[in-house]
Amino acid sequence: MTPRKIVITSGKGGVGKTTTTANLGATLAKRGKRVILIDADIGLRNLDLVLGLEKRIVFDLVEVAEGRCQLRQALIKDKRFESLSILPAAQTREKDAITTEQFSAIVDLAATQADYVLIDCPAGIEHGFRNAVAGASEAIVVTTPEVSAIRDADRVVGKIAQDRKPIRLIVNRLRPEMVRSGDMLSVDDVCDVLSIELLGVVPDDEEVIDTTNRGEPIVLNDASRLKTIYDKIARRLEGEMVPFTSFDGTSLFGRLLDALKVG
Amino acid sequence: MHQTQAVEHETEAAAPARRLGRAIVLTSGKGGVGKTTTTANLGTALASRGVKVVLVDADVGLRNLDILLGLESRVKHHLLDVLEERATLDDALVPSKHGDTLYLLAAAQSREKDDVETEKMKALIETLRERFDYVLIDCPAGIELGFKNAVAGADEAIVVCTPEVSAVRDVDRVVGLLGNRFRPQLVINRLRPALVRKGKMLSVEDVNAILRLPLLGVIADEPDIIVTTNRGEPLALRRENPTGAAYHAIAARVAGEDVPAPMPPLSKPSFMERVSSFLGGKRA
Amino acid sequence: MIEFLRRLFGQSGSSATAKERLRLVLMTDHLELAPEMIEKLKADLVDVISRHVEVDRDRIEVNFERQDTALALLANIPIISVNRPNGNGRHGNGSNGGAPVEPVSETAPAGAVVEDAVAVEAPAPKKKAAADATPPVRKRRRRKKHAAASAAAAPTPT
Repeated sequence: MTPRKIVITSGKGGVGKTTTTANLGATLAKRGKRVILIDADIGLRNLDLVLGLEKRIVFDLVEVAEGRCQLRQALIKDKRFESLSILPAAQTREKDAITTEQFSAIVDLAATQADYVLIDCPAGIEHGFRNAVAGASEAIVVTTPEVSAIRDADRVVGKIAQDRKPIRLIVNRLRPEMVRSGDMLSVDDVCDVLSIELLGVVPDDEEVIDTTNRGEPIVLNDASRLKTIYDKIARRLEGEMVPFTSFDGTSLFGRLLDALKVG
Repeated sequence: MHQTQAVEHETEAAAPARRLGRAIVLTSGKGGVGKTTTTANLGTALASRGVKVVLVDADVGLRNLDILLGLESRVKHHLLDVLEERATLDDALVPSKHGDTLYLLAAAQSREKDDVETEKMKALIETLRERFDYVLIDCPAGIELGFKNAVAGADEAIVVCTPEVSAVRDVDRVVGLLGNRFRPQLVINRLRPALVRKGKMLSVEDVNAILRLPLLGVIADEPDIIVTTNRGEPLALRRENPTGAAYHAIAARVAGEDVPAPMPPLSKPSFMERVSSFLGGKRA
Repeated sequence: MIEFLRRLFGQSGSSATAKERLRLVLMTDHLELAPEMIEKLKADLVDVISRHVEVDRDRIEVNFERQDTALALLANIPIISVNRPNGNGRHGNGSNGGAPVEPVSETAPAGAVVEDAVAVEAPAPKKKAAADATPPVRKRRRRKKHAAASAAAAPTPT
């Protein structure tokens, strides 16, 4: 298959780009794909932390760009998976330490060694964003069901649409009980506003905080409900038709379940 | 020490020889930790004390402070209109719906961060300090040009951090970039006491053992925040709400009052928690 | 508690407000991001109006204004002269044949300027039952049309 170069972006920060990149990458790797994750957030890298690989960093993205090492020397293999590795960002450099051409060349090089190259985009729409998007041939926009996050996502969708790259949407941190009580925008509301293809819906799960603390992607936990969800997202990304899990049901049972979960 | 320290803000706005107001940048490095929410609420709480406050949205291209204050329909001119002299400051300042001492200066939505000239931004903040007691600058995420412009005119910083490893790391980086000049103070946002008790979330002590910053206060993660964002009414408008009250306590501390830093209650587990732990629910 | 009572009596939660605010804010954002669309709209408007009256092309102002619940198109089109009605009392739409009117000289008397404001209401938000049945795959274009419809102009890609 042609390797796929996908940027994971959002405009607004803190909506879960890095968590999505890590978990989607891990899921694809579990499904037997060769996956390279690139952290494009120069100066504020975090993908290494989320995957618990921070201690193994030797070289970084900028050093590869400057020709001070080979790409394969900078790639850190995640031993928990067959075929997942990450290219960390430089922490003590600026975003403009790397040009758009250099970044795209690295992504292309990575694509010769992988089925999927996922690019973890920095927040905002500045130089770092432009680099990350330029290197990709498709995009996943992550948003949360909040007014400000959606507005920023819309801005980013507008920018990416100029390049005619396919864009898909992940709605992250949905709280079904708040949707039911009418205090959170529903997935339909978000899709209505953004008008892009829905790739997945990930409910808010406090386990994510815990697993990030420990540097273990949540999909490593077989009992986690998010594992199933990321699995579905990965299958959709591969072109399978997978029905969406409904979070909007208003059954009495559902409400009782929510009531028990509150605490 | 800076000449614009806390105590002197009892002077009335009408005083002839006005001292310069305080220019405080709210920043975090990482996005989505609550900078804009904190700016809106701290501004609202400060203004309710009768001082003149202006909130400056420095997130050119991704503005949101207008939404959080419910003022998006009233923004006619923005920061760049003022910097590029297409509008006067008076045209661009949007009065808040609540209280007459709070104003918003919105960011341009259709422009880029590199359109802002750092020197002009600095001069604008200086002008605002002549007219307001507090100039709160809502900084964009990241540490690129937008960050540099937001920080340029400020003389103090409030860093907002959530109890997550990535947020702490980014704040640490930002504090390093800020240096000592800004005397950064810390607001810990989105704390979930239940998770801290279960050992699944960093505690306030954990966070500050790393950051070692003066703590202004701690805000709990409450669904109320999403609701108030939906409505465009900052929670600080409701003093009876615990989170609203916490913002007022932070405002008092910013103003130099000796009140304790607000903390969400950590000790007592809720009834439902006790039930669920009694039932042995691991709730994984 | 108030929230609870609100819900008990069937008042919608804050998400309805959020959706309505988003809809309007994005329309405004999109307009701000598409100045060329506004230029085209202005030209089209003038062409239509010029079939009936002579207008001062240099002094036309077209603005979009956010009001509390709608987006309005406000056009200020100074009129220089009104075509003489035909014998049968109808406007002579043949007089210009749709061709653009030549810009008129600066000597037009200020007194002849007539202010004309057109307000176009944005389509009211409708809770459509059909939306829930539509598959989640939606074309971006749809929303563009939405914003453009209120402006009565052809959408231009941003």
